[in-house]
Amino acid sequence: MKLTINGKEHTVADSESATPLLWVLRDHLGLVGAKYGCGVAQCGACTVHLNGTPVRSCVTPAAAAAGKAITTIEGLGNAKGQLHVLQEVWIEQDVAQCGYCQAGQIMSAAALLKQNPKPTDADIDSALSGNLCRCGTYIRIRKAIHTAAARLNGGTAV
Amino acid sequence: MRISPDGTILIYSKGPEIGQGIKTAFPLIIAEELDADWTQVHVQQAAINPVVYGRQSAGGSRSIPASWDQLRTAGAAARSMLIAAAAREWRVPVEQCQAEKSIVIHPGSGRQLSYGALAEKAATLPVPDEKSLRLKERKDYKLLGTRVSGVDNRAIVTGQPLFGIDQVLPNMRYAIFEKCPAVGGKVKSANLDEIKKLPGILDAFVIQGTGKVNEVMPGVAIIANSTWAAFSAKRALKITWDETAASTDSWSDWIAQAQELSRKEGSTSLLSTGDFNKAAADAKFVEGYYRYPFVAHAPLEPQNCTAWFHDGVIELWAPTQTPEAGLAAVAGVLGMPQEKVVVHQVRAGGGFGRRLINDFMCEAAAIARQVGTPIKLTWTREDDQLHDFYRVGGFHAFKGAIDKSGKLVGWSDHFITFTADGQQPTSGGDLRPDEFPAQLLPHVHLTQTMLSLKTPTGPWRAPRSCSIAFAIQSFIHECAIVAGRDHLEFLLEIFGEPRWLKEGDPYALNTARAAAVIKLAAKQAGWGKALPKGRGLGLAFHFSHAGHFAQVAEVSVDANKKLRVHKVTVAGDIGPIINLSGAENQVEGCVIDGFSTALGLELDIKNGRIQQTNFDSYPLLRIAHAPEVAVHFIQSDYTPTGVGEPAFPPVAPAICNAIYNATGHRVRSLPLSGEGFNV
Ligand code: FES
Ligand code: FES
Repeated sequence: MKLTINGKEHTVADSESATPLLWVLRDHLGLVGAKYGCGVAQCGACTVHLNGTPVRSCVTPAAAAAGKAITTIEGLGNAKGQLHVLQEVWIEQDVAQCGYCQAGQIMSAAALLKQNPKPTDADIDSALSGNLCRCGTYIRIRKAIHTAAARLNGGTAV
Repeated sequence: MRISPDGTILIYSKGPEIGQGIKTAFPLIIAEELDADWTQVHVQQAAINPVVYGRQSAGGSRSIPASWDQLRTAGAAARSMLIAAAAREWRVPVEQCQAEKSIVIHPGSGRQLSYGALAEKAATLPVPDEKSLRLKERKDYKLLGTRVSGVDNRAIVTGQPLFGIDQVLPNMRYAIFEKCPAVGGKVKSANLDEIKKLPGILDAFVIQGTGKVNEVMPGVAIIANSTWAAFSAKRALKITWDETAASTDSWSDWIAQAQELSRKEGSTSLLSTGDFNKAAADAKFVEGYYRYPFVAHAPLEPQNCTAWFHDGVIELWAPTQTPEAGLAAVAGVLGMPQEKVVVHQVRAGGGFGRRLINDFMCEAAAIARQVGTPIKLTWTREDDQLHDFYRVGGFHAFKGAIDKSGKLVGWSDHFITFTADGQQPTSGGDLRPDEFPAQLLPHVHLTQTMLSLKTPTGPWRAPRSCSIAFAIQSFIHECAIVAGRDHLEFLLEIFGEPRWLKEGDPYALNTARAAAVIKLAAKQAGWGKALPKGRGLGLAFHFSHAGHFAQVAEVSVDANKKLRVHKVTVAGDIGPIINLSGAENQVEGCVIDGFSTALGLELDIKNGRIQQTNFDSYPLLRIAHAPEVAVHFIQSDYTPTGVGEPAFPPVAPAICNAIYNATGHRVRSLPLSGEGFNV
């Protein structure tokens, strides 16, 4: 089975085709940015993109990702190693507490901004409704997404 | 710390980082006194070495107060050595030199030398006597009190391997450990042969354990070549448990028993001052019976530990709040000397008190010794919910007495709690005689009854206060209503004259600081402003973990009990702030955690088994329901204290008091969802 992750092709044993993508990324390929939080699509810590759409990799069999472009937090920035604007704002605004949920939050936010460059609070709430933050950083997450959106749209930071 | 010739400053952060921001706050204190250029500071987690570092644990919001002087002194000592090195170089008196942003300057001649250039020489000078050091005054701070982004933020947002669960060692195996869902069950038999034949499974075996919940309970370990193989085999695992000594605890039985008991006085007296009955006889009399449930810590990163037993040594990579205690526990369980146990600190995906107890380290150690290769033990979310040290539930039968002038003069509480050993309240389930407001009122009568339990309990964010504050601060509001008084005025009156109940002790209530935060929260929230029907403001105060915090919640409730918490205004006094961004983040997190817990979190226990095993039945708050939070600190000149906990306790009562003011519905039992509220 061949998986294209962050633009690079990886070969994974066919025997892992039913293994959730999360564990293939973490245990087989050493990409640990996507996190395990619940295993049942409740927390969003494992969020990655398949062809730009956010999915919960803990319940996505690896085979379902074959032939699609998989993007993880490690590959969200550009090929030159530049951070995605969300990552930049996340650092500037000190969003994280423990940080465990944040890769998933950012992946959900990145997918949102791609299809909706000017999200309202309600848009953010709905796009990130699947991402739990046990530490309670929701207020900063919302603000950071607005700031990133403004920056992407060429406006000034909020 | 280490200063390199190129000017980079490496500071070792001594304690565990669990999301409270200490890995940024500790180095910031050193950097302030060092007059370091913060952009050149790098931070690494220190090795466990209490001889060098002193206290290396995270709990009780004590990291800052316990390390404040030590870290300031360390920074100031290094700074004075750097200045001394420069003064020597220039052959001028040290008094003529000063430091700024990693540079020593001699203003008289305009000469400058960077810390990088001076480091080597400075390191050879004697470490100055602590008493000779002059620490900065608050007005001279350049870093402390500003907003500084966390030192691990870049690694976090790019998915670097920071956390315990991210650790990988060469030749590492993956382990799970299955225990009886009712605590105390022993393994009678298990389908180990079947399990060993499953794909990716290397071994499966029974561990009898030490029989102590904080060490290793009996169970079955499965060793696999990946986490998923281990998780899959866990589902196929069939264990017959011997439950002779296992828990049969039942939450609904306890609710019924407590209700019955609440009509009487408690069997033990905790505090009796004045004469409550006499005071109550010629006063207005108020009664209220309150209840709060057991809850889980549910850190988003489940318990895990990587362990490697080799050459007579065991090494562990553990997301723990108490690495030193974990080291000792592992040594005890394996019967090894402590010098043969090495604990590496890793970032923890949330703590909340769960990782004060190191059962997961002991399990990993026991498995690693048997396996011989490095192993990573990962708990499933279900394991984490089933095998926690829960925040204990509790019940309060209150009576209040209000004199003719409308003043609260008498306070009585029959506290119904739990005991594991038949002697003492279980961890987190004690009511202290100095709990607010008992020590401020003339007639107080506190009694206690304990129900026996086997369910393990432990410290949970702001232990005791996190639950008791809901009951106490709601009941004070009830008393204010019966007295026909404004809650703010009624509450302030309880504090009386400004005084520190134990001069010099940061863990003793200071009524002046209390009154100040209450007034500030009320003012900032617009206390007394006109609000539309169905909308209300609610006030609560609590003092815990050396922090004085008051909050005002603004809520609205519709006819279908749909609740919206619009805004929570927080005023707190924890002395000078170290990292303003970190402190505000903790307060925002406390408010969201406080609402989340009050709204929907409750564990049901049936036949010793926790019923809520994942987030579908244990519904943490989601982003759409997060209220706006306004944070106001009174930066007093007292010793700085922690902020991870004390902002939590006032949240639930502030919201519940607001619900009363919006609707007339008094919430006497949590969670709110159990009372029919929804969001
Ligand atoms: S781990 Fe995938 S949603 Fe929680
Ligand atoms: S920052 Fe800890 S779970 Fe979100």
